[in-house]
Amino acid sequence: MPVPQKHATVKTAQEFNTRAQSKAPLAKGVKVIGRKKDDDDRIDTGEEEWMQGKTLVKPPDQLDLTEAELKEEFTRILTANNPHAPQNIVRYNFKESCYKPISSVDQMAVHFVLEGNLVHKDSHEARRQVAKQGVTEDMIVEDVVAEEEKPETPVTGQLEGGEDTAEGEDGGGEERPDSVDIRAGKKEQKLTNQFNFSERASQTLNNPPRERSCQTKPPPRAHFSATANQWEIYDFYVEELQRQEKNKEKQKTQPSKKEEDKIKKKIITVETQSDDITKITKVSKIIEHMVNQNTFDDVAQDFRYFEDASDEFREQEGTLLPLWKFHYDKAKRLSVTSLCWNQKHKDFFAVGLGSYDFTKQGRGMLLFNTLKNPTYPEFIFTTLSTVMCVAIHENLSYLVAVGFYDGCVAVYNLKEHSDQPAYMSTAKTGKHTDPVWQVKWQKDDLDSNHNFFSVSSDGRVVSWTLVKNELVFTDIINLSLDSTACGTAFDFHKQIDYLFLVGTLDGKIHKCSKSYSSQFLETYDAHNMAVDAVRWNHFHPNVFISCSSDWKVKIWDHTITTPMFTFDLNAAVGDVVWAPYSSTVFAAVTNDGKVHVFDLSFNKFEALCQQAVVAKKTKLSHVEFNPVHPILIVGDDRGCVTSLKLSPNLRKKPKEKKGQELPKGPEVEIDKMEKLLSLLRESGSNQA
Amino acid sequence: MAETVDGKKEEADYKRLHSFPLIRHTDMPEEMRVETMELCVTACEKFATNNENAARMIKESMDKKFGSSWHVVIGEGFGFEVTHEVKNLLYMFFGGSLAVCVWKCS
Repeated sequence: MPVPQKHATVKTAQEFNTRAQSKAPLAKGVKVIGRKKDDDDRIDTGEEEWMQGKTLVKPPDQLDLTEAELKEEFTRILTANNPHAPQNIVRYNFKESCYKPISSVDQMAVHFVLEGNLVHKDSHEARRQVAKQGVTEDMIVEDVVAEEEKPETPVTGQLEGGEDTAEGEDGGGEERPDSVDIRAGKKEQKLTNQFNFSERASQTLNNPPRERSCQTKPPPRAHFSATANQWEIYDFYVEELQRQEKNKEKQKTQPSKKEEDKIKKKIITVETQSDDITKITKVSKIIEHMVNQNTFDDVAQDFRYFEDASDEFREQEGTLLPLWKFHYDKAKRLSVTSLCWNQKHKDFFAVGLGSYDFTKQGRGMLLFNTLKNPTYPEFIFTTLSTVMCVAIHENLSYLVAVGFYDGCVAVYNLKEHSDQPAYMSTAKTGKHTDPVWQVKWQKDDLDSNHNFFSVSSDGRVVSWTLVKNELVFTDIINLSLDSTACGTAFDFHKQIDYLFLVGTLDGKIHKCSKSYSSQFLETYDAHNMAVDAVRWNHFHPNVFISCSSDWKVKIWDHTITTPMFTFDLNAAVGDVVWAPYSSTVFAAVTNDGKVHVFDLSFNKFEALCQQAVVAKKTKLSHVEFNPVHPILIVGDDRGCVTSLKLSPNLRKKPKEKKGQELPKGPEVEIDKMEKLLSLLRESGSNQA
Repeated sequence: MAETVDGKKEEADYKRLHSFPLIRHTDMPEEMRVETMELCVTACEKFATNNENAARMIKESMDKKFGSSWHVVIGEGFGFEVTHEVKNLLYMFFGGSLAVCVWKCS
C-alpha cells in the first residue's frame, strides 16, 4: 500500500503541471487528486499564510468522505528502502541447479548524477595538472618534475628513459611531497608576481649545417688465373730443382773468378739499362720531332710555303728569311769551322766546331743536326782538338771524315753508337803536322775501299784509304816547292776526276792533278791574303770561284789566268759557295755578319741580297746551300748555325719567251754561264 | 719387377724432393710473403688429412693478421680465375701434390 502511495507522490511532482490537460490516466489522476488534496491540506495547514490567495477547486470526481473518515489518521512509515528495488529476486544457482532467492537486494537508487570537474589536490590527476603548469613557470622545478613524471606515467613509453632515470626515480619519489609543496609555494609566489613577470628569450646564431662527403678509392684489384694439376706441380718442382743446381754451380765457380763476375755484372746492368732506354729511343725521337715541329710550327710553315711576296716589286733584290737557329749549349764558346750537308738525308747536316785561334786551342766538337729537331743535335762527338773540316760520304752517309787542328784525320761511323771514331790517324800513320784545312771523299778506289783526301798547311795533300780496320795514307802532292805554300782550301772537279784546285796561305791557287805529285798544272795569283775557299762550279766545267780575307771574291775560268769577275765585299770573306740549282748563283759570308747572294745572270756587279743575319760582332765563318731545299745554313763564331730561306728572286730562272719550250737540265745552266763569259771576253777583247 | 721398384723409388724420391714449399706466383711484399708461406706450411702439416680445416685455419689467421677478407683454396687439382687486391695474392705448391691459393678481396 505505501508503495503505490510513494509511486504516486513521485509522479505528482512530475504531473503537477499537466493535471488539467491529461485525460488518460484518469484512475491514477483521481488518486492523485485525492492524495494531492491531502498533500495540499498538509501543505496548506503548514503554509497557509502564503497560499491564501488560492481557492480550492473541487473536482467533480473527488471522493466524498464523511468528516469522520476525513479525520481518520493514517500512519505512514518512511524507510530507507528503495521502493523500486525488487524484494524477491530469484537467481538460478548452477551448483544446486535450481532457482534460489537472493537474500539481500541492493537498495540504492540513484536519483541524480552530475559529473563535476573538481579534482582533489593530492590525487594523481591534480598533481599532473599542477606539474604541467609548473613547467611553464619554473624551470628549476622541471628537472624534479621530469623525474617524477616518468614513474607517474609508466605506460606511455617512458620505459626508455626509465633505465636512465632509475637512480633518479628513487630520489624523485622522496622529493615528491617536498616538491609539490615547493611548486605550490612557487606557484603562489609567481601568482603574486604575475604582473611583474616577463619573459625574455634570445637565440644565438646557428651556423648553417654543411654536408661534406668524400669517397675513397677502393684498393686496386687485379685478376689472376691458373690451374693446379699434378703435372703442373711436378713440372714446376723439376724446374726449380734445376735452377737450384745451376745456382749451386755458379756459387762454386764464383770464389775463383770474382773480378770477372763483377765486370759481367756491370755489363749486364749496363745492358739492361740500355735495353730499357733503347726500347723507347725511336719513339722518343719521333715524339721529340713532333714537339719541335709544334713549337716551331710557324718556322716550319715558312720553310715550306713562305714566299716573300714583296719580291715581285723588287726586281733585282731578294731577301733571306731566317728560319731555325741551331745551337748547342756546350758549343757556345766554339766557332763553327765547317758545315756539310748530308747528300742522302737532305735535312741532315754536320757541324764542326772549334777555334781558329792558335792560342785558344782546346777541345773541339762534331755535331750532327737535323732540320726536324732544331733544339738539340742528333749526334754529338767531343774531340781532343778543334775540328777543322767535315765531309760526309756521298753514298754512305754514315761515314764522316774529319780533319783536326792537330793534323789528325779521323773517320766516324754513325752507325756504331760509340764516342770514338772508327779510324784515327796517328803520328805513325802519317798524320799532318799542321792543321788539316779540308777533307773530301773520293769515289771508291779499285779495291772498292773508301778513300778521301786531306789538305793541310804542312804542304801535303794526302789520300787516305780505309783498308779493313786501318787508315792507309798516300801522299799525293807535296807543296813544299814554295816554302810559303801551305794549302788552306781545295776542291775536286765535278766531272774530271784527277783535277783539283788548291788554295794556299799566300793567296795563290794551284791547279793540280792527282797523277802529278810535284808539279802544278797551273797557278793563279788570286789574292793578297790566304785563300779561304775554292769551289768549282756545279755545272760549268771551267768555272771556279775563290774568296779570301782580302775582302775579295773572284770568279775564274780555269783556262784563263785572270779572274772573270771580282767582287769587293768590304769585309773579310769567310766562305763562298755555288748554288746547286743554278750556275750563276753563289753566296758569300763575311766577317761583319752579312750574307751576300749574287746572281750573275741578273746583276753582274752587285749582290742581289746583302743581309746581316747575326748579331753584330759575330763573324760568319761558313755557308752551305742545301742540295734540295731553298735554304742556306750559315755558321758563325759563337757556335751557332742559322738557317735562312732564299726569297724567290734569288732562285729565279730566267724567263723564257712564251711559246718556247723551257729547256731543262744542266745544259741550260752551262749555257747561261757561257753567255756571260763570252760577253766578258768580248768586252775584254774590245777593251784590249 | 725391377722397373716397378725403380718407379716406386722414383715416386718416393720426387715426393721427398718436391715437398718443400715452392711459391709459384705472388705479388706480396717480402715480409707478408714469408709470413703467409710459413702459415700455409704449418696449416697443411697440421691438417694433412683435412684440407678444409687447413684452409679454415689459414683464412682465419690471415683475417686476423692482415684484415678481411681472405679466401683460401687448397687442393690437388683445380683451376681458378680470381680477382684480388693488388699485392695480396699468393699461389704456392707444397708437399709435392698440394696447391694453395690465398688471396684477399673484400
